[in-house]
Amino acid sequence: MAWSLAGAMMGEEMEKILQCEGLTKTFTSGLIRTKCCEAVKNVTFDVEKGEIVALVGESGSGKTTVARLILRLIEPTSGQVLFNGKDVSSYDRREYYRRVQAIVQDPYSAYNPFYKVDRVLEEIFGLYKDGFSPEKRKEIIVSTLKRIGINPEEILGRFPHQLSGGQLQRFLIARPLMINSEIVVADEATSMLDASTRAGILNLLLSLKDNEKISILFITHDIAQAQYISDKVLVMQMGEVVEQGLASEVFRHPAHPYTKELFSSVPQLREKWDFEKTTQGPADKCPENP
Amino acid sequence: MAEPLLKIEDLKGNYRGIFGIVRAVDGVTLTVESGETMGLAGESGCGKSTLAQLSSGSPSPLLHYESGKILVDGIDIYKTDPEVFRTEVKCKRMSYVPQASMDSLNPVKRIRDFVLDVVNERTSKKPLILRIRDLSRARRKSLKKENLKMAGDHFEKLGLDRCVLDRYPHELSGGMKQRVVIGISTLWNPKLLIIDEPTSALDVTTQKRVIESLVNLKRAGIIKSMLFISHDITVLGQLCDRCAVMYGGKIVEVNRMDDILNKPEHPYTRMLISSVVSYDPTRMGKGGLKSIPGSPPDLRNPPEGCRFYPRCEMCSDRCKSEDPPLKPVGNGVVACWRHDG
Repeated sequence: MAWSLAGAMMGEEMEKILQCEGLTKTFTSGLIRTKCCEAVKNVTFDVEKGEIVALVGESGSGKTTVARLILRLIEPTSGQVLFNGKDVSSYDRREYYRRVQAIVQDPYSAYNPFYKVDRVLEEIFGLYKDGFSPEKRKEIIVSTLKRIGINPEEILGRFPHQLSGGQLQRFLIARPLMINSEIVVADEATSMLDASTRAGILNLLLSLKDNEKISILFITHDIAQAQYISDKVLVMQMGEVVEQGLASEVFRHPAHPYTKELFSSVPQLREKWDFEKTTQGPADKCPENP
Repeated sequence: MAEPLLKIEDLKGNYRGIFGIVRAVDGVTLTVESGETMGLAGESGCGKSTLAQLSSGSPSPLLHYESGKILVDGIDIYKTDPEVFRTEVKCKRMSYVPQASMDSLNPVKRIRDFVLDVVNERTSKKPLILRIRDLSRARRKSLKKENLKMAGDHFEKLGLDRCVLDRYPHELSGGMKQRVVIGISTLWNPKLLIIDEPTSALDVTTQKRVIESLVNLKRAGIIKSMLFISHDITVLGQLCDRCAVMYGGKIVEVNRMDDILNKPEHPYTRMLISSVVSYDPTRMGKGGLKSIPGSPPDLRNPPEGCRFYPRCEMCSDRCKSEDPPLKPVGNGVVACWRHDG
């Protein structure tokens, strides 16, 4: 309840900055014998200002498709995404990406190995028509990096292969911060990092939420990370949201059978699985012959 | 006490190339007793997989065995005759399932043909051409049938349907592919299974099923011991009896799994445990995790003394100049000067 209490105490209504209403995406393949695949079915949720919403589910459950729909990389089949109350397709693309930014899974492939890492940050000024003077740009970059705990001298002017995955990912998080984005879509942003650096990135995202009031849609398959970071959580299965609610509720008392099963498969640090009880279940069925 | 199944003594191995010499495994001593599941934890780039490759006896081309001893069930695998190693040690005494090995299934062959290939390669002592000429057609056919039956029976023990054999790899899910690979590598009931990150690419529910299959394999007596390598210490906690923690090419702590999780002795282990994001249904509130500052050492020129001292909160002058040996502490061994004397 922490987030709603904080909002009430500050005496302000939590404003919804992103709303998905009945979002559906069907992928089709083939011209004659068309096959349809409903990747996302009737997904409705909203993200409020300064909150972290976690989207969890197994691979193939449609998490990334939701992210791509929100980022306007694909068009929804039906339903709509509203950003600040207006349909996202009514925004100018440049303006939209100034306010909505993404952090991707693989920090190594987000950089061009032939250019210095600075270029990733420089490029973001292309979202502004008139741009900034070079001095102003430099100033923004340096001050942002300091804000997220990176020593600018250590990193600027280097090539991607000279930096570690954690540093590269941290550097990418500076991007939305530089242009004061309102929402960040973090698609598996910490999945490729080591446990030791992962905690640092998660804490950084939490501090973005607290200090800069940036909303984050945190997409992950790792339930532990979702529990650590999120205020609200959505559990997806086969394109549908099967359970959503406050993180404190859902993680402690999952209601849907799928959620229960999913959470019970997560290894815990202090508790061991009981292998005595779980003797070999029925053999996995073979896929049907097409 | 019975002879340990795997005994590694002062093992050294390096990668050589234009980048210089990377000492990825630098003086590792480790034993895996009969009947135990040993975990191997550590950050990426600490030498976990290199250690596994070296102890499998067939390191990848850039990796060179330098010195040290590896005894698998009493056989020194780098001293023994390669032919003996191929026919007697591999798959019979020890099996190695490398990282991402489920991608090694041939995409244009059925699982059945892949299994037969492996069986032929493992069981015969003659080159393939001579072998085929030797056998009559009927004999070949019956042998094939026999082998397939054996494989089918074995797959059923792993919780796989027999008809998986007739499928192509792309028809199977990730968890099934992983279990097929585990199944193929345990066809001859090896005493020791070295398995490298078997569940890293899998979902949590499939991960649990694969781990259950492994536990069942061990319980059924098909394999006796396991060396399970994973970066995810919560997974190791589920099935391991003992655990070794590696850092910068060296083992820093070996202890019982419960002790590693609950009272880690080495500062690195302690920081590693405190940085683990784990799911806990009873937890309230957020925050409280600490990441380890800095980055792992460059193994081309590792720091003098203890390899962890640049990132250690408790380092002293001695740590910077002298390398701490493994000393017994409690139930296990720890390499840290704080536990000296």
